Amino acid sequence: MSFDVQTARKDFPILQETAHGKPLVFLDSAASAQKPRAVLEAMTNLYSHSYANIHRGVYELSMRATDAFEEAREKVRAFLGAPEAREIVFVRGATEGINLVASTFGRTRVSEGDEILITHMEHHANIVPWQMLCEQTGAVLRVAPIDDDGALLVDEFEKLLTPRTKLAAVVHVSNALGTVNPVRELVELAHARGVPVLVDGAQAVPHQRVDVRELGCDFYVFSSHKVFGPSGVGALWGKAEHLEAMPPYQGGGEMILSVSFEKTVYNEIPHKFEAGTPDIAGVVGLGAAIDYVNGLGLDAIAAHERELLAYGTERLLEVPGLRLIGTAPHKASVLSFVLDGVHPHDIGTILDQEGICVRTGHHCAQPVMERFGIPATARASLALYNDESDVDRLVAALGKVREVFA
Amino acid sequence: MSELRELYQSVILDHNKKPRNFGVVEDANCAADGHNPLCGDKIFVTARVEDGVVEDLRFEGSGCAISTASASLMTQSVKGRSLDEAQALFEGFHELVTSDPKQAPSTAGLGKLEVFAGVREFPMRVKCATLAWHTLKNALEHEDATAKTE
Repeated sequence: MSFDVQTARKDFPILQETAHGKPLVFLDSAASAQKPRAVLEAMTNLYSHSYANIHRGVYELSMRATDAFEEAREKVRAFLGAPEAREIVFVRGATEGINLVASTFGRTRVSEGDEILITHMEHHANIVPWQMLCEQTGAVLRVAPIDDDGALLVDEFEKLLTPRTKLAAVVHVSNALGTVNPVRELVELAHARGVPVLVDGAQAVPHQRVDVRELGCDFYVFSSHKVFGPSGVGALWGKAEHLEAMPPYQGGGEMILSVSFEKTVYNEIPHKFEAGTPDIAGVVGLGAAIDYVNGLGLDAIAAHERELLAYGTERLLEVPGLRLIGTAPHKASVLSFVLDGVHPHDIGTILDQEGICVRTGHHCAQPVMERFGIPATARASLALYNDESDVDRLVAALGKVREVFA
Repeated sequence: MSELRELYQSVILDHNKKPRNFGVVEDANCAADGHNPLCGDKIFVTARVEDGVVEDLRFEGSGCAISTASASLMTQSVKGRSLDEAQALFEGFHELVTSDPKQAPSTAGLGKLEVFAGVREFPMRVKCATLAWHTLKNALEHEDATAKTE
């Protein structure tokens, strides 16, 4: 199955925009992706025809809303290859998903002197919640190193799995470097020592098929806004046995079966972790985004991005004084780079004037920047709606940067 | 592109390439760190103040062209001035870079610093331009804390 990128581009209204009078070249999907019309329509339709609070109403409108919501949950289940829909918890995004696991699973399993293992390439979302957990419990954070290409040193990761390790948390695809981690292998190494594994999949699900049963991990998180859905919602998948044993995260309505001042009984999973009225339209939008992506086919999307990444890499390497940061053998469509004598921030401003959106800075991965001895990079990220002309315009604009900073 | 030329004009590019007063004041009695968390600009300002006059002033750090040039031009403007004059320059500079780009810039008393009038068209870069000044203010007030541009 292949898809036509020019046809796909027409599905995204915002790609018709101009910036500073120039046609938009959006190369920052890794920060947040644009939305196809189908997603926008699904949300508007919900609000126009089927909106009511979910799960508790006895009237038809509430049934429509509830069905739409729970249908989306089933779509997420299938998207991740998870065994049961009750293992899917809707949260605000990957960050909240990780915080949820750290606060509940972490707090009950981790105590003083225990260890939590992460890697040097993590996004702050998969660092700080664990640091906070360590502060609260007296546990220690261990960090598996990466090499100069930005690939994880798997042997070192293995060595850092000790009898005191209570959890490992690893990123599937690095947002700063593009590195794709051998998650299945890491999970096997961890499970051989009885260590459960959480995987941050925020940057993976837009670009490749994910099957949590194949990966074998214990938790998987992702954010809707990176996979062409609305912002403000995401999903946490966790094995039922874990979710059932975890104490609740937030208290309130929906996550209870009964409340009295003498005793409150919590709800079953996943509702135990979904306190309050959720982002109903957001969840429905996420479902529509998953449908859209499945309609194109993730394998076809991955193939398109692979080709584009190769083209982009080749063209960028032609730019004098440009150095790619993140050159692991197995990489996703992220091109992080530095330019001799020009700070990424200045690159970004000049590119902006050409209508080109790239991200500049530390990409919420300050430890990665430190590892490579740089304050920041400029990052162009490629998604299903990018094409070769986007890359060509980026390279041309980098020529302009050179002119200004000659 | 003309706004870009105004932002990255030759004075700024020159000061970025060859920052003046780059280094550390050896017998400094004022010092402060500055950091722009948005983009990673880092600066360390040291000064020697005697009898209310900024006798020596230097900076170190790594950052974008705007923050580097701003720090360089700042040291040139403030060195040899009194603390009151430094404060007036701080306020004048801040006023300049945050003023409405549709109005004529108020550059009175700012001398070479007027080249930063172009930053007004780039609100995302204002914090790059003001970082050095916030850090200087902290240093002269003998504050220990790292200056942030929030």
